[in-house]
Amino acid sequence: MSEIAKTVAPPLPTAAEKLRFYGIWATSLLLLLLLPNIFSSGAALTTFCLIGISIIFSLSYNILLGQTGMLSFGHAVYYGLGGFLVIHAINIIGANKLPIPLPVIPLIGGLTGLSFAALLGWVSTKRSGTAFAMISLGVAELIASSALILRTFFGGEAGISANRTRLFKLLDLSFGPQIQIYYLVAAWTLIAVLAMYALTRTPLGRVCNAVRDNPERVQFVGYNPHVVRYLAFCFSGFFAGIAGALAAINFEIANSAYLGAQQSGTVLFATYIGGIGFFVGPILGAIFVTILSLGLSDLTQVWQLYFGLIFISVVLFAPGGITGVLMMHRPLLKAGTLQKVLPSYLIALVPTLAMIAGLVLAIETIVHYTVNPGDDSHIKAFGIGFDAASPFVWAISVILPIGGYLVARKTWTWVADAWGEATSLAENKGVAS
Amino acid sequence: MLELIVISTLNGILFGMLLFLMASGLTVIFSMLGVLNFAHASFYMLGAFFGFQISRWFGFWPALLIAPLLAGAIGAAVERFGLRPVHRNGHVAELLFTFGLAFAIEEVVQIIWGKSPVDFRIPPSLDFPAFTIFSTNYPAYKMFMLVVSIAIFVTLLVALKKTRIGLIVQAALTHPHMVAHLGHNVGRIFMMVFGAGTALAAIAGVIAGPALVTQSNMAGLLGPILFVVVVVGGLGSLPGAFAASLLIGLVQTFAVSMNGSLAGAFGPLTPAYASTWLADIWGVTIAQIAPIIPYVLLVLILIFRPMGLLGTRET
Repeated sequence: MSEIAKTVAPPLPTAAEKLRFYGIWATSLLLLLLLPNIFSSGAALTTFCLIGISIIFSLSYNILLGQTGMLSFGHAVYYGLGGFLVIHAINIIGANKLPIPLPVIPLIGGLTGLSFAALLGWVSTKRSGTAFAMISLGVAELIASSALILRTFFGGEAGISANRTRLFKLLDLSFGPQIQIYYLVAAWTLIAVLAMYALTRTPLGRVCNAVRDNPERVQFVGYNPHVVRYLAFCFSGFFAGIAGALAAINFEIANSAYLGAQQSGTVLFATYIGGIGFFVGPILGAIFVTILSLGLSDLTQVWQLYFGLIFISVVLFAPGGITGVLMMHRPLLKAGTLQKVLPSYLIALVPTLAMIAGLVLAIETIVHYTVNPGDDSHIKAFGIGFDAASPFVWAISVILPIGGYLVARKTWTWVADAWGEATSLAENKGVAS
Repeated sequence: MLELIVISTLNGILFGMLLFLMASGLTVIFSMLGVLNFAHASFYMLGAFFGFQISRWFGFWPALLIAPLLAGAIGAAVERFGLRPVHRNGHVAELLFTFGLAFAIEEVVQIIWGKSPVDFRIPPSLDFPAFTIFSTNYPAYKMFMLVVSIAIFVTLLVALKKTRIGLIVQAALTHPHMVAHLGHNVGRIFMMVFGAGTALAAIAGVIAGPALVTQSNMAGLLGPILFVVVVVGGLGSLPGAFAASLLIGLVQTFAVSMNGSLAGAFGPLTPAYASTWLADIWGVTIAQIAPIIPYVLLVLILIFRPMGLLGTRET
């Protein structure tokens, strides 16, 4: 080992650190294997598949947003194109009886995403920031509108379908039942997550972070930020393609909605709500948003509005996302001063929840009168029935949000005070925040 | 042929001026706050729906005045209570905030007015043909739209270049700290300009509502085109936005009225492979590809002139 490396390189990981690192991955593997035994219903399996696909997609998006600092409004293009190519590939392979089994098919999607990212990326990544965001939006609209024109390839509004069971069979796996698809998705999710984690540890991953934080300085060091952004874009396209391929295999259909603005918006929501600052953020976000979008749609008619409001509140109040908020507490937990904050949280929680409940009540009442005014006024939202016509409900839905807001504002300043106290105590104990 | 050219030119200029009504607000907000307001087209939609509702209650003319004021007030509130707190988290957070806002506004509009188009009619006092060229009646309402947008354009130009308020706004764009030292409330100027920009978009919405379709997806359809205008014209350049608005307005209107296709152009010379796997590209008419022309233009501009038509620097 050279003299410089001795002083600059970080110390080799200790046995405990290694154990923890491999322990996390081994636990994930075990969890993925055991999940279908715990929740074995068809609906649960489908949900797990969707979550797995969403995890790969969100993590691939975070290569752009979180790690390289590029806000894309058109990431679904690479997801969708991967899906379409895979459907065509399955049809061609099935028709010609080529010896290619289903488990390797997602690679085709990944390579598709990679080639389109390589093709479109060079122009898009010339600049970052707002310009990149607008360009990604324009390119996405271009591809999505073209998809409706090129009917032979994209199948117009209806999309194109395939039969995944007619492929070359490896080990007698037909991939007809959902449980086999679950294991396929789970395996690919684990591989993709591992690969994307490894990517963040490579020199390229580090230079990506540097480009995000200070492109000018990166240029002085001798790297071209444009090339770095382009490489990150290609990797991101590759993994998005894999996610799209898995989605296409799962649904056995690909349509123009795969490429659309809605899909790009969803992945942005999932990644940002989960938190773009940490590697696990998009994973949590993908799980949260998938479950939320499946669960909320059963509970209320206007779930998309709540979805948008949740996103806006995260942007306004918790820009670090779920993981950002959780990680904020780590230094306090380490220093053992967390209990100083908890009581103020409990106090602040009451008026905040009251405010949210009042808002939900107000929204549901308004929805009742605007969307279905002729119906019975005894409506149900989030499993709770109430009478939208009673003046009592109206009064509550006005008083709770306003009163809750006024009280909550006061209590959150207490939280801030307690927080400051706990942090300074933690700092005194020598735990860096 | 001449008839087509005259009518398409008129329609194209009209569409271009409407685009500019929105793009001007968007550009000024961008040069001021450094953030592209993703929800700008949503304020256009709000303008159209407010206009529809108010014209039902009080008639079209009060709507033309009240709806933009209402949307402008909402815009100012959004700047004051939404964007300003987010500002310290950086431009990405601001852009994301407006993105979420656009999403939420579309949902709210769907809840209140439904998903299908509303019946927003041209006011009877303007419902007559203005003139007839080559046996085609040109509606007076379209002339009215043209006059209103040009009048606002001129007023804006004069207000920005000749009045004291315009001078302060211009100064606040480039030297906000200096303006603040001179005793002006820069925060309030920003709020006012944001409100004015969204009100302009709402005016476009009120006057375009009866002529086009007033529907909850109108923001989603127009928003991306608006960004194309701003990027093609050059981010932050007002003259560029003007040129790009007219360019895209004209190009799209002409494209819609043309029926040519590669198959039509080559006729019997069509090669055999063109009718099989190239059939889509070969048979598609210019009118059919009209929706993607702005985006093609965007990509071309980015390759050959990344700063935009009249932009000065690469952002």
